[in-house]
Amino acid sequence: MRAGQRTAVALGALAAMLAMPLVVTSGFWMDFLILTLFVGVLGQGWNILGGYGGQLSFGHAVFFGTGAYVQAILQTQYGWNPWLAITPAVLAGVLVGAFIGYLSFRYGLRGSYFALITLAFAEAFRVLATSIEITEGGQGIYLRLNRDPDQAITMLQFASGVGYYYMILALTVVALLVAWWIEHSRFGAQLMAVRENEDAAEALGIDAFAVKMRAICISAALTASAGVFYVQKFLLMDPFIAFGPGKSVEALVAPIIGGMGTIFGPLLGSIVLHGVGELTKALTAAAGIDHPGLDLVIYGILLVLMLAFLPSGLMGLLRRRARPARSAEHA
Amino acid sequence: MLEVRGITKRFGGLTAVNGAGLTVPEGRIVSLIGPNGAGKTTLFATIAGFLKPDGGSVMFKGSDITALAPHAICRRGLVRTFQVVQPFANLTVRENIAVGAHARLASRRQALDRAAEVAERVGMMRQIDQPAADLTVAGRKRLELARALATGPSLLLLDEVMAGLNATEVEDIVRVVRGIRESGVTILLIEHVMQAVMSLSDHTYVLNNGAIIADGPPRAMAEDPRVIEAYLGHGASERLAAGGKRA
Ligand SMILES: Nc1ncnc2c1ncn2[C@@H]1O[C@H](COP(=O)(O)OP(=O)(O)O)[C@@H](O)[C@H]1O
Ligand SMILES: [Mg+2]
Repeated sequence: MRAGQRTAVALGALAAMLAMPLVVTSGFWMDFLILTLFVGVLGQGWNILGGYGGQLSFGHAVFFGTGAYVQAILQTQYGWNPWLAITPAVLAGVLVGAFIGYLSFRYGLRGSYFALITLAFAEAFRVLATSIEITEGGQGIYLRLNRDPDQAITMLQFASGVGYYYMILALTVVALLVAWWIEHSRFGAQLMAVRENEDAAEALGIDAFAVKMRAICISAALTASAGVFYVQKFLLMDPFIAFGPGKSVEALVAPIIGGMGTIFGPLLGSIVLHGVGELTKALTAAAGIDHPGLDLVIYGILLVLMLAFLPSGLMGLLRRRARPARSAEHA
Repeated sequence: MLEVRGITKRFGGLTAVNGAGLTVPEGRIVSLIGPNGAGKTTLFATIAGFLKPDGGSVMFKGSDITALAPHAICRRGLVRTFQVVQPFANLTVRENIAVGAHARLASRRQALDRAAEVAERVGMMRQIDQPAADLTVAGRKRLELARALATGPSLLLLDEVMAGLNATEVEDIVRVVRGIRESGVTILLIEHVMQAVMSLSDHTYVLNNGAIIADGPPRAMAEDPRVIEAYLGHGASERLAAGGKRA
Protein backbone atom coordinates (compact mmCIF):
# COMPACT_ATOMS: atom_id res chain seq x y z
CA MET A 1 0.00 0.00 0.00
CA ARG A 2 1.14 3.52 -0.77
CA ALA A 3 1.37 6.09 2.01
CA GLY A 4 -1.68 7.94 0.63
CA GLN A 5 -3.76 4.77 0.50
CA ARG A 6 -2.68 3.91 4.01
CA THR A 7 -3.78 7.29 5.33
CA ALA A 8 -7.12 6.87 3.58
CA VAL A 9 -7.64 3.43 5.15
CA ALA A 10 -6.68 4.77 8.58
CA LEU A 11 -9.11 7.68 8.29
CA GLY A 12 -11.83 5.33 7.05
CA ALA A 13 -11.27 3.02 10.00
CA LEU A 14 -11.38 5.97 12.39
CA ALA A 15 -14.65 7.18 10.84
CA ALA A 16 -16.10 3.68 11.23
CA MET A 17 -14.98 3.56 14.86
CA LEU A 18 -16.51 7.00 15.50
CA ALA A 19 -19.80 5.85 13.97
CA MET A 20 -19.79 2.56 15.90
CA PRO A 21 -22.21 3.67 18.67
CA LEU A 22 -24.84 4.33 16.00
CA VAL A 23 -24.73 0.67 15.03
CA VAL A 24 -23.87 -1.02 18.30
CA THR A 25 -26.75 -0.25 20.63
CA SER A 26 -26.71 -3.24 22.94
CA GLY A 27 -25.06 -2.61 26.29
CA PHE A 28 -23.33 -5.97 26.11
CA TRP A 29 -21.57 -5.26 22.83
CA MET A 30 -20.77 -1.71 23.87
CA ASP A 31 -19.02 -3.08 26.94
CA PHE A 32 -17.28 -5.65 24.78
CA LEU A 33 -15.92 -2.87 22.54
CA ILE A 34 -14.87 -0.72 25.48
CA LEU A 35 -12.99 -3.53 27.22
CA THR A 36 -11.36 -4.62 23.98
CA LEU A 37 -10.06 -1.12 23.32
CA PHE A 38 -9.03 -0.81 26.97
CA VAL A 39 -6.85 -3.93 26.80
CA GLY A 40 -5.57 -2.70 23.44
CA VAL A 41 -4.27 0.46 25.14
CA LEU A 42 -2.90 -1.53 28.08
CA GLY A 43 -1.16 -3.85 25.62
CA GLN A 44 0.24 -0.97 23.58
CA GLY A 45 1.79 0.40 26.76
CA TRP A 46 3.52 -2.94 27.26
CA ASN A 47 4.36 -3.21 23.55
CA ILE A 48 6.38 0.04 23.51
CA LEU A 49 8.84 -1.36 26.04
CA GLY A 50 8.47 -5.11 25.46
CA GLY A 51 7.68 -5.32 21.75
CA TYR A 52 9.77 -2.49 20.35
CA GLY A 53 12.36 -2.37 23.14
CA GLY A 54 12.71 -6.08 23.95
CA GLN A 55 12.47 -5.44 27.71
CA LEU A 56 9.84 -7.96 28.73
CA SER A 57 7.90 -6.94 31.82
CA PHE A 58 5.82 -9.29 33.95
CA GLY A 59 4.56 -6.51 36.17
CA HIS A 60 3.06 -3.78 34.03
CA ALA A 61 0.18 -3.57 36.52
CA VAL A 62 2.53 -1.46 38.62
CA PHE A 63 2.05 1.41 36.15
CA PHE A 64 -1.64 0.73 35.61
CA GLY A 65 -2.31 0.63 39.33
CA THR A 66 -0.25 3.71 40.12
CA GLY A 67 -2.14 5.77 37.54
CA ALA A 68 -5.45 4.38 38.74
CA TYR A 69 -4.81 5.00 42.44
CA VAL A 70 -3.57 8.56 41.94
CA GLN A 71 -6.60 9.31 39.79
CA ALA A 72 -8.90 7.88 42.46
CA ILE A 73 -7.15 9.31 45.53
CA LEU A 74 -6.93 12.87 44.22
CA GLN A 75 -10.69 12.84 43.72
CA THR A 76 -11.82 11.07 46.87
CA GLN A 77 -9.26 12.33 49.40
CA TYR A 78 -8.47 15.78 47.99
CA GLY A 79 -11.61 16.64 46.07
CA TRP A 80 -9.83 17.24 42.77
CA ASN A 81 -11.70 17.43 39.52
CA PRO A 82 -11.01 14.24 37.48
CA TRP A 83 -9.59 16.22 34.57
CA LEU A 84 -7.03 17.85 36.85
CA ALA A 85 -6.10 14.48 38.32
CA ILE A 86 -5.13 12.99 34.94
CA THR A 87 -1.75 14.71 34.63
CA PRO A 88 -0.49 13.81 38.12
CA ALA A 89 -1.82 10.27 37.69
CA VAL A 90 0.07 9.74 34.43
CA LEU A 91 3.17 11.46 35.82
CA ALA A 92 3.11 9.21 38.87
CA GLY A 93 3.17 6.21 36.53
CA VAL A 94 6.11 7.74 34.67
CA LEU A 95 7.93 8.36 37.94
CA VAL A 96 7.53 4.73 39.00
CA GLY A 97 8.67 3.69 35.50
CA ALA A 98 11.75 5.89 35.73
CA PHE A 99 12.58 4.48 39.15
CA ILE A 100 12.25 0.82 38.09
CA GLY A 101 14.05 1.59 34.83
CA TYR A 102 16.93 3.31 36.57
CA LEU A 103 17.41 0.43 39.02
CA SER A 104 17.24 -2.22 36.31
CA PHE A 105 18.98 -0.62 33.35
CA ARG A 106 21.75 1.12 35.26
CA TYR A 107 22.88 -2.26 36.53
CA GLY A 108 22.36 -3.90 33.17
CA LEU A 109 19.54 -6.24 34.22
CA ARG A 110 18.15 -7.91 31.13
CA GLY A 111 15.83 -10.71 30.14
CA SER A 112 14.30 -12.68 32.96
CA TYR A 113 15.96 -10.49 35.60
CA PHE A 114 14.10 -7.46 34.33
CA ALA A 115 10.87 -9.46 34.15
CA LEU A 116 11.30 -10.55 37.77
CA ILE A 117 12.11 -7.02 38.97
CA THR A 118 8.90 -5.66 37.46
CA LEU A 119 6.91 -8.54 38.91
CA ALA A 120 8.44 -7.91 42.32
CA PHE A 121 7.55 -4.22 42.15
CA ALA A 122 3.94 -4.97 41.25
CA GLU A 123 3.71 -7.37 44.20
CA ALA A 124 5.35 -4.90 46.57
CA PHE A 125 2.93 -2.18 45.49
CA ARG A 126 0.00 -4.54 45.99
CA VAL A 127 1.08 -5.31 49.54
CA LEU A 128 1.72 -1.63 50.17
CA ALA A 129 -1.71 -0.61 48.85
CA THR A 130 -3.30 -3.22 51.11
CA SER A 131 -1.58 -1.90 54.21
CA ILE A 132 -1.53 1.90 54.01
CA GLU A 133 -4.30 4.32 54.85
CA ILE A 134 -4.40 6.60 51.84
CA THR A 135 -5.46 3.72 49.56
CA GLU A 136 -8.01 2.67 52.18
CA GLY A 137 -6.31 -0.70 52.46
CA GLY A 138 -7.70 -3.92 51.16
CA GLN A 139 -11.28 -2.73 50.96
CA GLY A 140 -10.40 -0.33 48.16
CA ILE A 141 -11.54 3.12 47.09
CA TYR A 142 -15.01 3.92 45.79
CA LEU A 143 -15.60 7.10 43.83
CA ARG A 144 -18.81 9.04 44.33
CA LEU A 145 -21.30 8.24 41.63
CA ASN A 146 -22.35 11.31 39.69
CA ARG A 147 -24.76 10.58 36.90
CA ASP A 148 -25.97 14.14 36.44
CA PRO A 149 -26.01 14.39 32.62
CA ASP A 150 -25.08 18.08 32.75
CA GLN A 151 -21.87 17.22 34.57
CA ALA A 152 -20.95 14.16 32.51
CA ILE A 153 -18.11 15.90 30.70
CA THR A 154 -16.77 17.92 33.63
CA MET A 155 -16.91 14.95 35.99
CA LEU A 156 -15.84 12.39 33.36
CA GLN A 157 -18.67 10.06 34.32
CA PHE A 158 -21.17 8.83 31.78
CA ALA A 159 -24.56 7.24 32.26
CA SER A 160 -24.25 5.09 29.17
CA GLY A 161 -21.36 3.26 27.58
CA VAL A 162 -21.12 5.71 24.67
CA GLY A 163 -19.20 8.33 26.65
CA TYR A 164 -16.71 5.76 27.87
CA TYR A 165 -16.45 4.34 24.39
CA TYR A 166 -15.30 7.72 23.02
CA MET A 167 -12.99 8.19 25.97
CA ILE A 168 -11.19 4.88 25.36
CA LEU A 169 -11.30 5.42 21.59
CA ALA A 170 -9.41 8.70 22.09
CA LEU A 171 -6.82 6.85 24.18
CA THR A 172 -6.61 4.15 21.52
CA VAL A 173 -5.85 6.76 18.87
CA VAL A 174 -3.13 8.24 21.08
CA ALA A 175 -1.63 4.77 21.68
CA LEU A 176 -1.63 3.96 17.96
CA LEU A 177 -0.05 7.32 17.15
CA VAL A 178 2.71 6.66 19.69
CA ALA A 179 3.42 3.30 18.06
CA TRP A 180 3.33 4.91 14.62
CA TRP A 181 5.82 7.50 15.80
CA ILE A 182 8.08 4.75 17.18
CA GLU A 183 8.14 3.13 13.75
CA HIS A 184 8.93 6.38 11.97
CA SER A 185 11.39 8.18 14.20
CA ARG A 186 15.01 8.12 15.16
CA PHE A 187 14.05 7.20 18.71
CA GLY A 188 12.12 4.16 17.48
CA ALA A 189 14.97 3.04 15.23
CA GLN A 190 17.34 3.28 18.17
CA LEU A 191 14.93 1.44 20.47
CA MET A 192 14.61 -1.46 18.02
CA ALA A 193 18.38 -1.50 17.55
CA VAL A 194 18.79 -1.88 21.31
CA ARG A 195 16.26 -4.72 21.28
CA GLU A 196 18.09 -6.50 18.46
CA ASN A 197 21.64 -6.10 19.76
CA GLU A 198 22.69 -3.78 22.53
CA ASP A 199 26.44 -3.94 21.86
CA ALA A 200 26.03 -3.15 18.19
CA ALA A 201 23.68 -0.31 19.10
CA GLU A 202 26.24 1.18 21.49
CA ALA A 203 28.95 0.87 18.86
CA LEU A 204 26.78 2.94 16.51
CA GLY A 205 26.47 5.80 18.96
CA ILE A 206 23.29 4.82 20.77
CA ASP A 207 23.11 5.44 24.50
CA ALA A 208 21.25 2.22 25.29
CA PHE A 209 20.53 3.23 28.87
CA ALA A 210 18.97 6.55 27.85
CA VAL A 211 16.91 4.89 25.12
CA LYS A 212 15.53 2.26 27.51
CA MET A 213 14.75 4.94 30.10
CA ARG A 214 12.74 6.92 27.56
CA ALA A 215 10.94 3.77 26.47
CA ILE A 216 9.93 2.74 29.98
CA CYS A 217 8.66 6.26 30.69
CA ILE A 218 6.50 6.35 27.56
CA SER A 219 5.32 2.81 28.24
CA ALA A 220 4.43 3.68 31.83
CA ALA A 221 2.59 6.83 30.73
CA LEU A 222 0.33 4.89 28.35
CA THR A 223 -0.30 2.15 30.88
CA ALA A 224 -1.07 4.66 33.64
CA SER A 225 -3.55 6.41 31.36
CA ALA A 226 -5.33 3.06 30.97
CA GLY A 227 -5.54 3.07 34.78
CA VAL A 228 -7.10 6.54 34.72
CA PHE A 229 -9.72 5.29 32.29
CA TYR A 230 -10.46 2.23 34.40
CA VAL A 231 -11.14 4.32 37.50
CA GLN A 232 -13.50 6.67 35.66
CA LYS A 233 -15.33 3.74 34.12
CA PHE A 234 -15.71 1.46 37.15
CA LEU A 235 -15.44 4.10 39.92
CA LEU A 236 -13.47 1.78 42.17
CA MET A 237 -9.94 0.60 42.75
CA ASP A 238 -8.54 -2.02 45.07
CA PRO A 239 -5.07 -3.50 45.51
CA PHE A 240 -5.84 -6.67 43.62
CA ILE A 241 -7.34 -4.97 40.57
CA ALA A 242 -4.57 -2.38 40.58
CA PHE A 243 -1.46 -4.45 41.13
CA GLY A 244 -2.58 -8.09 40.90
CA PRO A 245 -1.40 -10.35 38.09
CA GLY A 246 -4.55 -9.87 35.98
CA LYS A 247 -3.58 -6.57 34.34
CA SER A 248 0.08 -7.57 33.97
CA VAL A 249 -0.99 -10.72 32.13
CA GLU A 250 -3.51 -8.96 29.86
CA ALA A 251 -0.92 -6.29 29.05
CA LEU A 252 1.55 -8.84 27.73
CA VAL A 253 -0.75 -11.50 26.28
CA ALA A 254 -2.52 -9.11 23.90
CA PRO A 255 0.63 -7.94 22.08
CA ILE A 256 2.17 -11.41 22.08
CA ILE A 257 -0.91 -12.87 20.42
CA GLY A 258 -1.37 -9.94 18.06
CA GLY A 259 2.29 -9.37 17.28
CA MET A 260 4.99 -7.76 19.39
CA GLY A 261 6.63 -4.65 18.02
CA THR A 262 3.82 -3.88 15.58
CA ILE A 263 1.40 -0.94 15.58
CA PHE A 264 -1.81 -2.98 15.50
CA GLY A 265 -0.62 -6.13 17.26
CA PRO A 266 -1.88 -5.23 20.75
CA LEU A 267 -5.30 -4.19 19.47
CA LEU A 268 -5.65 -7.27 17.28
CA GLY A 269 -4.53 -9.47 20.18
CA SER A 270 -7.09 -7.84 22.44
CA ILE A 271 -9.89 -8.45 19.93
CA VAL A 272 -8.95 -12.13 19.74
CA LEU A 273 -8.57 -12.42 23.51
CA HIS A 274 -11.96 -10.93 24.22
CA GLY A 275 -13.60 -12.77 21.37
CA VAL A 276 -12.30 -16.04 22.74
CA GLY A 277 -13.10 -14.93 26.29
CA GLU A 278 -16.74 -14.18 25.49
CA LEU A 279 -17.06 -17.36 23.47
CA THR A 280 -15.75 -19.38 26.39
CA LYS A 281 -18.19 -17.71 28.73
CA ALA A 282 -21.09 -18.40 26.39
CA LEU A 283 -20.08 -22.02 25.84
CA THR A 284 -19.43 -22.78 29.50
CA ALA A 285 -22.71 -21.10 30.46
CA ALA A 286 -24.53 -23.23 27.89
CA ALA A 287 -22.82 -26.33 29.23
CA GLY A 288 -23.69 -25.31 32.77
CA ILE A 289 -20.09 -25.01 33.92
CA ASP A 290 -19.32 -22.10 36.18
CA HIS A 291 -15.65 -21.61 36.75
CA PRO A 292 -14.37 -18.06 37.28
CA GLY A 293 -10.67 -18.68 36.49
CA LEU A 294 -11.39 -20.44 33.22
CA ASP A 295 -10.69 -17.44 30.94
CA LEU A 296 -7.18 -17.10 32.42
CA VAL A 297 -6.56 -20.79 31.69
CA ILE A 298 -7.70 -20.23 28.10
CA TYR A 299 -5.40 -17.17 27.82
CA GLY A 300 -2.54 -19.32 29.03
CA ILE A 301 -3.23 -22.03 26.47
CA LEU A 302 -3.52 -19.43 23.69
CA LEU A 303 -0.24 -17.88 24.76
CA VAL A 304 1.62 -21.19 24.72
CA LEU A 305 0.17 -22.07 21.32
CA MET A 306 1.14 -18.69 19.89
CA LEU A 307 4.67 -18.84 21.22
CA ALA A 308 5.09 -22.37 19.90
CA PHE A 309 3.60 -21.92 16.44
CA LEU A 310 3.40 -18.19 15.68
CA PRO A 311 6.10 -16.34 17.61
CA SER A 312 5.59 -13.19 15.54
CA GLY A 313 1.88 -13.17 16.34
CA LEU A 314 -1.12 -12.69 14.09
CA MET A 315 0.44 -9.62 12.48
CA GLY A 316 3.37 -11.85 11.52
CA LEU A 317 0.92 -14.22 9.85
CA LEU A 318 -0.75 -11.37 7.94
CA ARG A 319 2.59 -9.97 6.90
CA ARG A 320 3.81 -13.32 5.64
CA ARG A 321 0.70 -13.54 3.49
CA ALA A 322 1.32 -10.03 2.22
CA ARG A 323 4.97 -10.53 1.44
CA PRO A 324 4.76 -11.46 -2.27
CA ALA A 325 2.84 -8.23 -2.84
CA ARG A 326 5.41 -6.28 -0.86
CA SER A 327 8.39 -7.53 -2.80
CA ALA A 328 6.53 -6.85 -6.05
CA GLU A 329 6.13 -3.25 -4.94
CA HIS A 330 9.86 -2.87 -4.47
CA ALA A 331 10.74 -4.56 -7.73
CA MET B 1 44.64 11.02 15.22
CA LEU B 2 44.71 7.98 17.52
CA GLU B 3 47.33 7.37 20.20
CA VAL B 4 47.11 4.19 22.21
CA ARG B 5 49.60 4.01 25.07
CA GLY B 6 50.51 1.02 27.21
CA ILE B 7 47.11 -0.67 27.22
CA THR B 8 46.85 -3.67 29.52
CA LYS B 9 43.73 -5.79 29.79
CA ARG B 10 43.36 -8.83 32.02
CA PHE B 11 40.58 -11.41 32.12
CA GLY B 12 40.98 -12.96 35.55
CA GLY B 13 44.43 -14.51 35.47
CA LEU B 14 44.87 -14.15 31.71
CA THR B 15 46.61 -11.03 30.41
CA ALA B 16 45.07 -10.65 26.95
CA VAL B 17 46.73 -7.31 26.17
CA ASN B 18 50.00 -6.40 27.82
CA GLY B 19 51.21 -2.83 27.53
CA ALA B 20 50.32 -2.45 23.86
CA GLY B 21 50.60 0.91 22.16
CA LEU B 22 50.14 2.19 18.63
CA THR B 23 49.65 5.38 16.66
CA VAL B 24 47.33 6.02 13.73
CA PRO B 25 48.05 9.24 11.84
CA GLU B 26 45.20 11.04 10.09
CA GLY B 27 44.38 9.90 6.56
CA ARG B 28 46.27 6.59 6.79
CA ILE B 29 45.35 2.95 6.75
CA VAL B 30 47.17 1.19 9.57
CA SER B 31 46.91 -2.55 10.08
CA LEU B 32 47.22 -4.74 13.13
CA ILE B 33 48.23 -8.34 12.55
CA GLY B 34 49.14 -11.25 14.77
CA PRO B 35 48.30 -14.90 15.40
CA ASN B 36 44.91 -15.96 16.73
CA GLY B 37 44.48 -15.19 20.38
CA ALA B 38 47.16 -12.47 20.29
CA GLY B 39 44.72 -9.96 21.78
CA LYS B 40 43.84 -7.90 18.69
CA THR B 41 40.07 -7.92 19.20
CA THR B 42 40.51 -7.22 22.90
CA LEU B 43 42.67 -4.20 22.09
CA PHE B 44 39.99 -2.93 19.67
CA ALA B 45 37.25 -3.41 22.25
CA THR B 46 39.31 -1.46 24.77
CA ILE B 47 39.98 1.41 22.36
CA ALA B 48 36.27 1.65 21.47
CA GLY B 49 35.15 1.72 25.12
CA PHE B 50 33.65 -1.77 25.38
CA LEU B 51 36.24 -2.92 27.89
CA LYS B 52 37.84 -0.91 30.69
CA PRO B 53 41.63 -1.30 30.50
CA ASP B 54 43.61 -2.25 33.59
CA GLY B 55 46.26 0.22 32.52
CA GLY B 56 47.15 2.65 29.74
CA SER B 57 45.33 5.36 27.88
CA VAL B 58 43.62 6.09 24.58
CA MET B 59 43.92 9.57 23.06
CA PHE B 60 41.70 10.46 20.11
CA LYS B 61 41.93 13.80 18.30
CA GLY B 62 43.95 15.12 21.21
CA SER B 63 41.59 14.21 24.04
CA ASP B 64 41.55 11.32 26.47
CA ILE B 65 38.71 8.89 25.66
CA THR B 66 39.86 6.04 27.91
CA ALA B 67 36.95 6.21 30.34
CA LEU B 68 34.18 7.00 27.83
CA ALA B 69 31.23 4.77 26.95
CA PRO B 70 31.14 3.26 23.44
CA HIS B 71 28.28 5.50 22.27
CA ALA B 72 30.13 8.61 23.40
CA ILE B 73 33.26 7.48 21.56
CA CYS B 74 31.21 6.84 18.43
CA ARG B 75 29.77 10.34 18.60
CA ARG B 76 33.31 11.72 18.64
CA GLY B 77 33.92 9.93 15.37
CA LEU B 78 35.55 6.62 16.29
CA VAL B 79 33.56 3.52 15.40
CA ARG B 80 34.40 -0.18 15.42
CA THR B 81 33.03 -3.22 13.64
CA PHE B 82 32.72 -6.64 15.23
CA GLN B 83 34.72 -9.67 14.14
CA VAL B 84 31.75 -11.80 15.15
CA VAL B 85 29.13 -9.90 13.15
CA GLN B 86 26.25 -8.40 15.15
CA PRO B 87 23.45 -7.61 12.70
CA PHE B 88 20.04 -6.33 13.82
CA ALA B 89 18.58 -9.58 12.54
CA ASN B 90 14.91 -8.60 12.33
CA LEU B 91 15.56 -5.32 10.55
CA THR B 92 16.21 -4.94 6.84
CA VAL B 93 19.61 -4.00 5.46
CA ARG B 94 18.35 -0.45 4.88
CA GLU B 95 17.03 -0.18 8.44
CA ASN B 96 20.29 -1.60 9.82
CA ILE B 97 22.38 1.00 8.03
CA ALA B 98 19.93 3.77 8.93
CA VAL B 99 20.58 3.07 12.63
CA GLY B 100 24.17 4.07 11.95
CA ALA B 101 23.10 7.11 9.94
CA HIS B 102 20.95 8.31 12.86
CA ALA B 103 24.15 8.94 14.80
CA ARG B 104 24.32 12.20 12.84
CA LEU B 105 20.86 12.59 11.34
CA ALA B 106 17.68 13.09 13.37
CA SER B 107 15.30 12.84 10.42
CA ARG B 108 14.10 9.34 9.56
CA ARG B 109 13.76 10.24 5.88
CA GLN B 110 17.33 11.55 5.70
CA ALA B 111 18.71 8.55 7.58
CA LEU B 112 16.97 6.12 5.20
CA ASP B 113 18.29 8.07 2.20
CA ARG B 114 21.79 8.08 3.63
CA ALA B 115 21.44 4.32 4.22
CA ALA B 116 20.76 3.80 0.52
CA GLU B 117 23.81 5.89 -0.41
CA VAL B 118 26.03 3.86 1.90
CA ALA B 119 24.54 0.58 0.64
CA GLU B 120 25.41 1.69 -2.87
CA ARG B 121 28.96 2.46 -1.78
CA VAL B 122 29.57 -0.97 -0.25
CA GLY B 123 27.69 -2.78 -3.02
CA MET B 124 24.57 -3.87 -1.11
CA MET B 125 21.86 -2.26 -3.23
CA ARG B 126 20.47 -5.62 -4.32
CA GLN B 127 19.90 -6.80 -0.75
CA ILE B 128 18.72 -3.47 0.60
CA ASP B 129 15.18 -4.58 1.51
CA GLN B 130 16.15 -8.04 2.76
CA PRO B 131 16.08 -8.82 6.47
CA ALA B 132 19.63 -8.90 7.79
CA ALA B 133 18.98 -12.45 9.01
CA ASP B 134 18.80 -13.65 5.38
CA LEU B 135 22.27 -12.39 4.42
CA THR B 136 25.24 -14.66 3.64
CA VAL B 137 28.48 -14.38 5.60
CA ALA B 138 29.90 -12.01 2.99
CA GLY B 139 26.74 -9.92 3.14
CA ARG B 140 26.88 -9.69 6.92
CA LYS B 141 30.51 -8.56 6.84
CA ARG B 142 29.58 -5.87 4.35
CA LEU B 143 26.63 -4.79 6.47
CA GLU B 144 28.90 -4.49 9.49
CA LEU B 145 31.12 -2.17 7.48
CA ALA B 146 28.20 -0.21 6.02
CA ARG B 147 26.56 0.46 9.37
CA ALA B 148 29.81 1.74 10.85
CA LEU B 149 30.46 3.89 7.80
CA ALA B 150 26.98 5.39 8.00
CA THR B 151 27.78 6.94 11.39
CA GLY B 152 30.07 9.36 9.55
CA PRO B 153 33.27 8.42 11.40
CA SER B 154 36.67 10.04 11.12
CA LEU B 155 38.36 6.82 12.31
CA LEU B 156 37.10 3.36 11.43
CA LEU B 157 38.26 0.23 13.31
CA LEU B 158 37.70 -2.82 11.12
CA ASP B 159 38.02 -6.23 12.77
CA GLU B 160 38.57 -8.95 10.16
CA VAL B 161 35.96 -7.73 7.68
CA MET B 162 37.48 -10.02 5.06
CA ALA B 163 37.58 -13.26 7.04
CA GLY B 164 35.61 -16.04 5.38
CA LEU B 165 35.31 -14.27 2.02
CA ASN B 166 36.44 -15.73 -1.32
CA ALA B 167 39.11 -14.06 -3.47
CA THR B 168 36.69 -12.00 -5.57
CA GLU B 169 34.83 -10.82 -2.48
CA VAL B 170 38.12 -9.83 -0.86
CA GLU B 171 39.07 -7.81 -3.93
CA ASP B 172 35.69 -6.09 -3.78
CA ILE B 173 36.09 -5.13 -0.14
CA VAL B 174 39.66 -3.97 -0.65
CA ARG B 175 38.33 -1.58 -3.29
CA VAL B 176 35.57 -0.41 -0.95
CA VAL B 177 38.02 0.17 1.92
CA ARG B 178 40.34 2.12 -0.33
CA GLY B 179 37.39 4.27 -1.43
CA ILE B 180 36.52 4.94 2.19
CA ARG B 181 40.05 6.15 2.90
CA GLU B 182 39.95 8.36 -0.19
CA SER B 183 36.77 9.98 1.15
CA GLY B 184 38.86 11.17 4.11
CA VAL B 185 38.30 8.45 6.73
CA THR B 186 41.29 7.14 8.66
CA ILE B 187 41.33 3.36 9.11
CA LEU B 188 42.81 0.89 11.57
CA LEU B 189 42.22 -2.69 10.52
CA ILE B 190 42.80 -6.16 11.89
CA GLU B 191 43.28 -8.61 9.08
CA HIS B 192 44.58 -12.11 8.44
CA VAL B 193 44.31 -11.88 4.66
CA MET B 194 47.92 -10.84 3.97
CA GLN B 195 47.19 -9.88 0.37
CA ALA B 196 44.80 -7.23 1.69
CA VAL B 197 47.18 -6.07 4.42
CA MET B 198 49.96 -5.61 1.85
CA SER B 199 47.90 -3.77 -0.70
CA LEU B 200 45.98 -1.55 1.71
CA SER B 201 48.08 -0.50 4.64
CA ASP B 202 50.69 2.19 5.02
CA HIS B 203 51.96 0.85 8.31
CA THR B 204 51.61 -2.43 10.17
CA TYR B 205 51.76 -3.33 13.86
CA VAL B 206 52.35 -6.93 14.93
CA LEU B 207 50.75 -8.11 18.15
CA ASN B 208 51.83 -11.34 19.84
CA ASN B 209 50.81 -12.54 23.30
CA GLY B 210 49.24 -9.16 23.99
CA ALA B 211 52.33 -7.08 23.20
CA ILE B 212 53.41 -5.19 20.09
CA ILE B 213 56.55 -7.03 18.94
CA ALA B 214 57.27 -5.09 15.75
CA ASP B 215 55.96 -2.33 13.53
CA GLY B 216 56.88 -0.89 10.15
CA PRO B 217 55.89 -1.02 6.48
CA PRO B 218 53.79 -4.14 5.76
CA ARG B 219 56.35 -5.75 3.42
CA ALA B 220 59.14 -5.38 5.94
CA MET B 221 56.89 -6.91 8.59
CA ALA B 222 56.24 -9.98 6.47
CA GLU B 223 59.99 -10.61 6.37
CA ASP B 224 60.81 -9.61 9.92
CA PRO B 225 62.28 -12.62 11.79
CA ARG B 226 60.37 -11.78 15.00
CA VAL B 227 57.12 -11.83 13.05
CA ILE B 228 57.93 -15.04 11.23
CA GLU B 229 58.80 -16.65 14.53
CA ALA B 230 55.52 -15.53 16.10
CA TYR B 231 53.56 -17.05 13.24
CA LEU B 232 55.82 -20.07 12.66
CA GLY B 233 55.71 -21.05 16.31
CA HIS B 234 51.99 -21.08 15.94
CA GLY B 235 52.15 -22.96 12.59
CA ALA B 236 54.65 -25.44 13.96
CA SER B 237 52.44 -26.35 16.87
CA GLU B 238 49.58 -26.94 14.43
CA ARG B 239 51.76 -29.16 12.28
CA LEU B 240 52.80 -31.14 15.32
CA ALA B 241 49.16 -31.66 16.28
CA ALA B 242 48.33 -32.83 12.75
CA GLY B 243 51.31 -35.20 12.82
CA GLY B 244 50.18 -36.58 16.15
CA LYS B 245 46.71 -37.30 14.79
CA ARG B 246 48.12 -39.12 11.79
CA ALA B 247 50.34 -41.35 13.93
N1 LIG C 1 35.65 -11.73 27.36
C1 LIG C 1 36.72 -12.53 27.56
N2 LIG C 1 36.86 -13.23 28.69
C2 LIG C 1 37.93 -14.02 28.90
N3 LIG C 1 38.92 -14.18 28.02
C3 LIG C 1 38.84 -13.51 26.85
C4 LIG C 1 37.74 -12.66 26.55
N4 LIG C 1 37.92 -12.12 25.32
C5 LIG C 1 39.10 -12.63 24.87
N5 LIG C 1 39.65 -13.47 25.78
C6 LIG C 1 40.94 -14.16 25.64
O1 LIG C 1 41.91 -13.17 25.39
C7 LIG C 1 42.85 -13.64 24.43
C8 LIG C 1 42.88 -12.69 23.26
O2 LIG C 1 41.70 -12.84 22.49
P1 LIG C 1 41.37 -11.91 21.25
O3 LIG C 1 41.54 -10.49 21.62
O4 LIG C 1 40.05 -12.31 20.74
O5 LIG C 1 42.49 -12.34 20.21
P2 LIG C 1 42.59 -12.10 18.64
O6 LIG C 1 41.51 -11.15 18.24
O7 LIG C 1 43.96 -11.55 18.44
O8 LIG C 1 42.43 -13.43 18.00
C9 LIG C 1 42.42 -15.05 24.06
O9 LIG C 1 43.19 -15.96 24.83
C10 LIG C 1 40.97 -15.10 24.45
O10 LIG C 1 40.60 -16.40 24.81
MG1 LIG D 1 39.99 -11.32 16.89
